[in-house]
Amino acid sequence: MHSAAARETAAALGLELGRANLEIFAETLLELARADGNLLAVTSDSRGSGKLGPFGKALPRQIVEVGIAEQNLVGIAAGLASAGKNVFAVSPACFLTARSFEQVKNDIAYSDRPVCLVGISAGVSYGALGSTHHSIHDFAALRALNNLDIAAPADNREAAEAVRFAARSQTPLYLRFGKAALFSLPCPEQPFARGKARLLRDGGDLAFIATGETVIHAVLAAEHLARTEGLQCRVLSVPFIKPLDEDAVLAAARECRAVVTAEEHMVHGGLGEACAALILAAGMPCRFRAAAIPDEYTVTGSQADIFRHYGLTMEGLAQTALTLAQSSAAQTA
Amino acid sequence: MRNRPNDRGLAEKSLRYRRSVLKWIKDAGAGHTGGSLSCVDILNVLYNRVLNVSPENFGDPLRDRYVQSKGHSVEALFVVLADAGFYPESELETLCRYQSHFVGHPTRKVPGVEQNTGALGHGLSVAAGMALAGKLDDAPYRVFTLLGDGELAEGSNWEAAMSGAHYRLDNLTAIVDCNTLQITGRTRDVMNNEPLDEKFAAFGWAVRRVDGHDFAALTEALEKPLEAGKPSAVIAMTRKGRGISFMEDVGKWHHGVPDDEEYAAAIAEIDAQLAALAEEVPA
Repeated sequence: MHSAAARETAAALGLELGRANLEIFAETLLELARADGNLLAVTSDSRGSGKLGPFGKALPRQIVEVGIAEQNLVGIAAGLASAGKNVFAVSPACFLTARSFEQVKNDIAYSDRPVCLVGISAGVSYGALGSTHHSIHDFAALRALNNLDIAAPADNREAAEAVRFAARSQTPLYLRFGKAALFSLPCPEQPFARGKARLLRDGGDLAFIATGETVIHAVLAAEHLARTEGLQCRVLSVPFIKPLDEDAVLAAARECRAVVTAEEHMVHGGLGEACAALILAAGMPCRFRAAAIPDEYTVTGSQADIFRHYGLTMEGLAQTALTLAQSSAAQTA
Repeated sequence: MRNRPNDRGLAEKSLRYRRSVLKWIKDAGAGHTGGSLSCVDILNVLYNRVLNVSPENFGDPLRDRYVQSKGHSVEALFVVLADAGFYPESELETLCRYQSHFVGHPTRKVPGVEQNTGALGHGLSVAAGMALAGKLDDAPYRVFTLLGDGELAEGSNWEAAMSGAHYRLDNLTAIVDCNTLQITGRTRDVMNNEPLDEKFAAFGWAVRRVDGHDFAALTEALEKPLEAGKPSAVIAMTRKGRGISFMEDVGKWHHGVPDDEEYAAAIAEIDAQLAALAEEVPA
C-alpha cells in the first residue's frame, strides 16, 4: 500500500501496522453479539467478504442470510429493527448504497429504523475489479438523505469504536470498512464520538482534513512536510461525514493558512465539498483543495495503485499541500 | 378484543368508509380514489375482524402488524385507522395540506401506521423482517401487508417472496388487492403478471384467490394462516373504484378527484345503499 518512503515515515512516527478494519468490525460484532442475543447480522451472501464466517459458526441464530438480494436485505433489516432487533445489515458498499438505495432512503432513514448499514470492501478496496465494485458515490448519495449518520473509520481503533457506537446508536447509520491492513493512528486517547473529528496533529501552516483510509496518508504527509519543508500541519481525522464536526473544520480554516481534504471517494458530494460549502458559508477566506477521485473513468489497479494515481498517498497529498501553501504564500506576498 | 361485527355491520362500515374516503379526497383536492375504494373491504375485515391492533396496544411488541405496501391508497387506511380510534376523523381536514402529518402516503407520524411506504415494492420485505423477528422470538403475532397487482412488477417483491418461504414465515400474509388496473391500463396489458396463484405457489407460498369484496371469504382467508410452515398469499379480486357505479373498473379514477357534480352523485349512491341496508330486516 505504502511506498518505502512512507513506510519509513510511519516507522519514524512509531506507527504500527495493524489489520484490516473489516476484520476488526467482524471481531467486535461477534463480541457484542455474544453479550446481546438481540443483535443480528443480516447478510446477502456476504458473510465471507464481511469476515463473518466465525460469527455465523458461533452464533447461527444471530445471522440472517437473504441471498444475493440487497433490496430485500435492507427491507428485512428494517422490519427486524422495527420489532426491536439490533440489526447490522452487511453487504459490499458498492451494492448496499446503490442497488438498495431506495430501501435505505425509505425503509431505514425516512421510517427511522435504527439499523447499522455496513458497507464492506468500500471505496476502491476492490480496486482491480472495476467500477461496478467501487463505492466512490456512497458519501454523496447518502449525504443527501435526511436522518442517516455516515462514518468511515480510519484505523482499527476507530473501527472497533465505531461498531460499539453503532450497537448503541438509535439513529440510522452507515459504516464503511475497507480490506487493507492499516497503520494505527497517533493520539489514541482521543474519544470516538458522534459528529466529532479527532485532532491527530496540530499545526497552523496547513490543515489536512481526511476520512477513512486516507487519514494515514495525511498523517504521513504532515510528517513528511515537517521534515522536508519545515511546515507545521494540522491533521484532523473525520470519521463522521455526517454529522460533520463543523467547529473543527471551521477552526482549521480559520487558524491554518490552507486546507486540503482527502477521501476515498469521487470529488463530487463527499467530505471535500461538505467542508468547502461550510467554509464558504462561514465567509472565511481559505486556500482549499479537495484530494479525491476525479469525475472520470477510474483507472484500473489495486487500491494502492488508485490512491497513487490520484494523489491520495503521502507523496501526492504532500505535493498538493505544498503547491497550495506556496500559492498561498505568493498571494500573501 | 372488540366485539366482532357481523357481515351486515361490516357492510355498513364499508359504505361509511367509502363516503369518508371520497369526502377527504374531495376536500384535499388530491388522492388515489380508485385504489382506496378497491381495498376498503379488505382493510375493513383486517381492522374489524382479524388484526390484534388498537390504539391501546400499539406499543405492545406482541401486537399484530399491518404494512400497507400500496401506500398510495392511504386515504382508505387513514379513514379505517380513525374508525379504529387512533385519532378523530376530523383530523383528516388537514390531509395533504401544508405542515400536516397526513401526507399522501403512509408515515409513522400518523398514529397506527407501522411503516412509511409509498415507493412500491418495499412493504413485503419489511413485513418479512417483522415476521422473521416474531419467529426468532417465538412471538405469536402475525404480519400482514397489502400489495397492488400492478406493484408486483417490482422485482423486490420476488426477493421478499423467496425469503418468506425460505424462513417458513407462516405468520406472514401478503394480500394482493388485485383490481387488475394500474395507471396506464390493464395490468395484463402493461406487464402481465398472471397467473399470480402459480407464481406465489412456485415461490413456496400457500395461496388462495378470493372475492376481495366478500367479507365472509376475506375473513376465512385471513383469520388464520393458510398452511403451517408457509407464508400466505391471499389474492383478493377487487374492482377499482368499487361502490360507485361510474368509477368502478374505470382506470381514470386511479387518482381522479371528483368534481362537485360527480361527488354529489357518488355520495347519493352511497346514501341510497346505506338507506337500503337500514331497511333490511336484521338477520
